[in-house]
Amino acid sequence: MTKNHFWQGNEACAEAAITAGCRFFAGYPITPSSEIVEHLALRLPQEDGIAIQMEDELAALGAVIGASWAGAKAMTATSGPGFSLMQENIGYAFMTETPCVIVNVQRVGPSTGQATKCGQGDVMQARWGTHGDYASIVLSPNSVQEMFDLTIRAFNLAEKYRTPVILLADEIVAHMREPITVPPSDKIEIVNRKKPKQTDKTFFGSKEIPPMPSVGQGFNVAVTGSTHNEYGIRYTADPTVHRRLVERLVGKIRKNASKIIEFEDYNIKNCEAGIVSYGCTSRAVYETVDLAKKKGINLGFLRLKTVWPFPDDIVQAMAKNAKIVFVPEMNLGQVFYEVERAVYGRVSVVPINKIGGGEMITPEELLAEVVNGVRNVD
Amino acid sequence: MRLPFCAGCGNLTIINCFLRAIHELGYKDPSKFVFCSGIGCAAWIASPYFKADSIHVTHGRSIPVATGVKLIRPDLNVVVFGGDGDLAGIGLSHLIHAARRNLDIVVVMSNNMIYGMTGGQVAPTTPLKTKTTTTPYGNVERPFDTTRLVVAAGASYAARWTTFHIEQLKESMKKAITTKGFAFIEAVSQCPTAFGRRVGLKKAPDILRWFKEISVTLQEGEKMAEKDLEGKIVVGEFVHREFPTVPETLYEIMKEAKKGA
Repeated sequence: MTKNHFWQGNEACAEAAITAGCRFFAGYPITPSSEIVEHLALRLPQEDGIAIQMEDELAALGAVIGASWAGAKAMTATSGPGFSLMQENIGYAFMTETPCVIVNVQRVGPSTGQATKCGQGDVMQARWGTHGDYASIVLSPNSVQEMFDLTIRAFNLAEKYRTPVILLADEIVAHMREPITVPPSDKIEIVNRKKPKQTDKTFFGSKEIPPMPSVGQGFNVAVTGSTHNEYGIRYTADPTVHRRLVERLVGKIRKNASKIIEFEDYNIKNCEAGIVSYGCTSRAVYETVDLAKKKGINLGFLRLKTVWPFPDDIVQAMAKNAKIVFVPEMNLGQVFYEVERAVYGRVSVVPINKIGGGEMITPEELLAEVVNGVRNVD
Repeated sequence: MRLPFCAGCGNLTIINCFLRAIHELGYKDPSKFVFCSGIGCAAWIASPYFKADSIHVTHGRSIPVATGVKLIRPDLNVVVFGGDGDLAGIGLSHLIHAARRNLDIVVVMSNNMIYGMTGGQVAPTTPLKTKTTTTPYGNVERPFDTTRLVVAAGASYAARWTTFHIEQLKESMKKAITTKGFAFIEAVSQCPTAFGRRVGLKKAPDILRWFKEISVTLQEGEKMAEKDLEGKIVVGEFVHREFPTVPETLYEIMKEAKKGA
């Protein structure tokens, strides 16, 4: 596979999964993610892998969790309505520290919404969708190349931190075709979960990221979504056991946030105004910067490749210089609120929102908002 | 470790039957098995009390998780324990789809005809007219015949017994474990705490006597009119047949796919 390709985003995601070592896929067809299940149904058996179409999304993520405990790297792919159905098992995977990758190719919601059209309305659901205290790792690709690169990264983070990782794509990035380069395999970093020694007994604590056994290896591992001690034994009456467990689960992501967070930035130290964007919307920002320059506006931007954990520090760094920050999104305001929280009222934050029909925010529309905003803030 | 079951719970009988079954099949302990279970009293049969791997999952999703385990490790014996609420209520779709796929696992459904753990609410298996905490005027919905449903969906093996029929239950478990393909056992089981108490059968032996009275064998049942079968429990081995299973078909495809690649 090492060479240049002209791939669709979903195809790049599927091939990247194989490259990352994924050998199990369970899915349920849903627009606009179906090409991932179709491509893996064809390709995984060629690579000694299993692809199965389950009866619904609850079963799809359930099977992925089972496969992960059987020792396989495993993935599922869906869109908004299916992502909603997966929330309970996402919480289970978090609580039981089951590495797996969930691809959500976003479309317009709520409910069935506009099934074939692009949206970015699931950002908060990807962070807070399941019940209880948790922390999520969510990656946001903005090109076909990143559908490939970030899918591999999603597997690596899942394996490293023993946690479910969400690739939050969108219909535009998933369905467009672009040239991409698949690097030679020795240039691709692949992370595998830490396995226990035969003498290890604790797989759910005592270390920040405990080693993970597989079933059928003689460990007599007990896995449960109930509050459990480091041996995996249920303890639902003891407050300290719950605190220790859930604070560690959230902590292992919070404490390692700086290693997890990736972003692209341009001119953030010197700009008078900034843009925070992610996913397909960020593709219009590059041209907006050029258009703004011609109007005499010194614009910088920050593009989130990791949406969660949220990169407060870098947003604050941009806000030190910029007087105003714009947040364009194909929803009615989600990352906007995070930016507003991060800058703590020091600069004005302006949402730029557009929903419906899968229409992107154009560079001209962005420019008009920027010009208007910069003028008013002065 | 203390077991979590109430005094007189039928799940204890199911544990006995299962451990005797595997002992008679030549297993020294259950360590060659992987147990998956969902939510409810019966989900605690194996997890974490058996000396084996156990995955205790979300309500109703034990069979999907078992699917993932079996497809990656076809060499392992994968057994699902669950109650009627878990397997015939919230997880019913997975049960019949696994039967349709002929997924090579064993599913043991402990059917106590009630939601026991949550305090005695009506289940999809509760007999007509039964008063429960959510049907204070009596249950108006007909109960599922889960075993026949699983047979119709395509299971390789299906049997139903009650916890009164311990020898038959154990023998069926042996057959279920050794049958290639989807094997289902419905063990109609007593819940004195949340079911018996409210229907005038306060102690476990009262319910077992009732099971004995209302059970008819499959052969007897065939000769009876539908009206006379109302309120009866038809017990026996409903089906025992062999045809290709998942995962074996998927592993065959793998060989084919590699030739074409």
